[in-house]
Amino acid sequence: MKKSLIEEKIFKMLMYAAIALVIYFVASVVLSVFKRGLPLLSWEMVSQLPGGGFYIGGGGGFLNAIVGSLYIVGGATILGLGISIPVVFFLNVYLKPNSRLGSVARLAYDVLFGIPSIVYGAFGFTLMIYFEMRTSLIGGILVVTLLIIPIFIRSMDEVAKATPTDLMEAAYSLGATRWETIAVIVRQIAPAIATATLLSIGRAIGDAAGVMFTAGFSDRIPTSLTQQTATLPLSVYFQLQSPSLEVQNRAYAAAVVLTFIVLALSIGGRIIMNRFSRNKIQ
Amino acid sequence: MNLFHREKASAKDNAFVVNNKFPHPDDMRLSTHALCVSIGGNPILKHVNVDIPCNKITCIIGPSGCGKTTLLRTFNRLVDTIEGVKMTGVVMLGNQNIVAAGASELTEIRRHIGLVPQRPCPLPMSIYDNIAYGCRIHGISGRRKLDAIVEYYLRAVGLWDEVKDRLNAPANKLSGGQQQRLCLARSLAIEPSYLLADESTSALDPISSRMVEELFVKLKKDYSIVMVTHTLRQAKRIADHVIFMYLGEVIEEGDAEQVFNRPKHELTQRYLAGSFS
Repeated sequence: MKKSLIEEKIFKMLMYAAIALVIYFVASVVLSVFKRGLPLLSWEMVSQLPGGGFYIGGGGGFLNAIVGSLYIVGGATILGLGISIPVVFFLNVYLKPNSRLGSVARLAYDVLFGIPSIVYGAFGFTLMIYFEMRTSLIGGILVVTLLIIPIFIRSMDEVAKATPTDLMEAAYSLGATRWETIAVIVRQIAPAIATATLLSIGRAIGDAAGVMFTAGFSDRIPTSLTQQTATLPLSVYFQLQSPSLEVQNRAYAAAVVLTFIVLALSIGGRIIMNRFSRNKIQ
Repeated sequence: MNLFHREKASAKDNAFVVNNKFPHPDDMRLSTHALCVSIGGNPILKHVNVDIPCNKITCIIGPSGCGKTTLLRTFNRLVDTIEGVKMTGVVMLGNQNIVAAGASELTEIRRHIGLVPQRPCPLPMSIYDNIAYGCRIHGISGRRKLDAIVEYYLRAVGLWDEVKDRLNAPANKLSGGQQQRLCLARSLAIEPSYLLADESTSALDPISSRMVEELFVKLKKDYSIVMVTHTLRQAKRIADHVIFMYLGEVIEEGDAEQVFNRPKHELTQRYLAGSFS
């Protein structure tokens, strides 16, 4: 056999091996969570607030954590998009391609990208002490927003940088101001906005450390931004700490719910954004 | 129906007329005087004096790198996007100096000078929005008005029958030739006086290319067209006025018939004879 054909065979095998490895890990995590969590998962679990002594085996469910997580993720995603789209637009339209401010800003976002969420949590906590705020839903939303902004900006910026110059010139030659080209840019990077949103939601909903100091924990559903709120990852964390096997298994049930929420949001996000991404110019 | 001729808005009211939505000053002649453009210290255009006649097709010809495209892009100040560009001299549109125009005047100047790009480049929007975008940013709103504009200009470029059932489809699904006619319609919709075409047919197949060329010939009744072309045969087919450039200078400018048949300058003769390109 020819050498190049053998090479191709080897690399194909390596690629299949890599895919198999990834599938194996995903499957084993999902299976081990589902195996312990699914038997306990009941309608009561997802539709009720924790009853008295829930964390030592009492009745009730973790609706508080489900709703709290959705509030935080929803709030943070909307805020994050509202902040990062203008930033990406400014970096790519208002700054010259070799601008120093632009490269410093991009470096800064790269660094922020790698900072562990517990640091964001501690930072948020310090700020909240300074402003004499108590742990609250708004505190959690703000810290998670900080956490996901670098993800938003980095993934949108990569695509925005690749916007064809012809496209910008077409808009300018119609008499558009730089500001008016935002309609063009946003449509052009719509697929990146979708991907960035999905990545951010994944990180935001699964994050425990950022919200631990800032959102607190509560057995009730918050009715205002200043109240404490529970989140699913923290709910998992607290239940896993229990000595009772029953309660530990409930933590897995909460993890199953978390997995389903991520799945549903991802599929939903993909369907919605596919509609917006069909206009993209290659 | 006369597709191209601008109807006069009736005097008694400011009624909306689909092809006369914007103010049109009477004298809109485009000319340059001692125009010099340099990029990063390298002179690209040297003392260019040209006068672009109205309602004619002006072809700018010359070998690669002679500054044709830069000259064209100075007319609507798209050269601004290039790093390190410096302009001196005067480019007059009517009584306004384009070179000295500030950012706010620039949008209005660019409305008067449309561009048909080299490669078709629709905006990342639906077919409908591609035409409506320019009108919207110049302050025209309302579904009924925009519907009328979109239909009128798609008909003007002969695209209406091909796309009328899928106006909301993405423009990038059209073929190259259709996209280029869409770009033309998009420019026409904001009623420019001048149309700049930068080798606008070079990326198209022969049939589409011929279609766009024929459109230009029809359009010159109402628009003045400045075209950069690499194909001498195309220039000979459609040019009324020719500017021959070499190394950033205008060597010869004149009536197409004269430049092609009795070129005055030796360089022009040699270029037309094909001894360099």
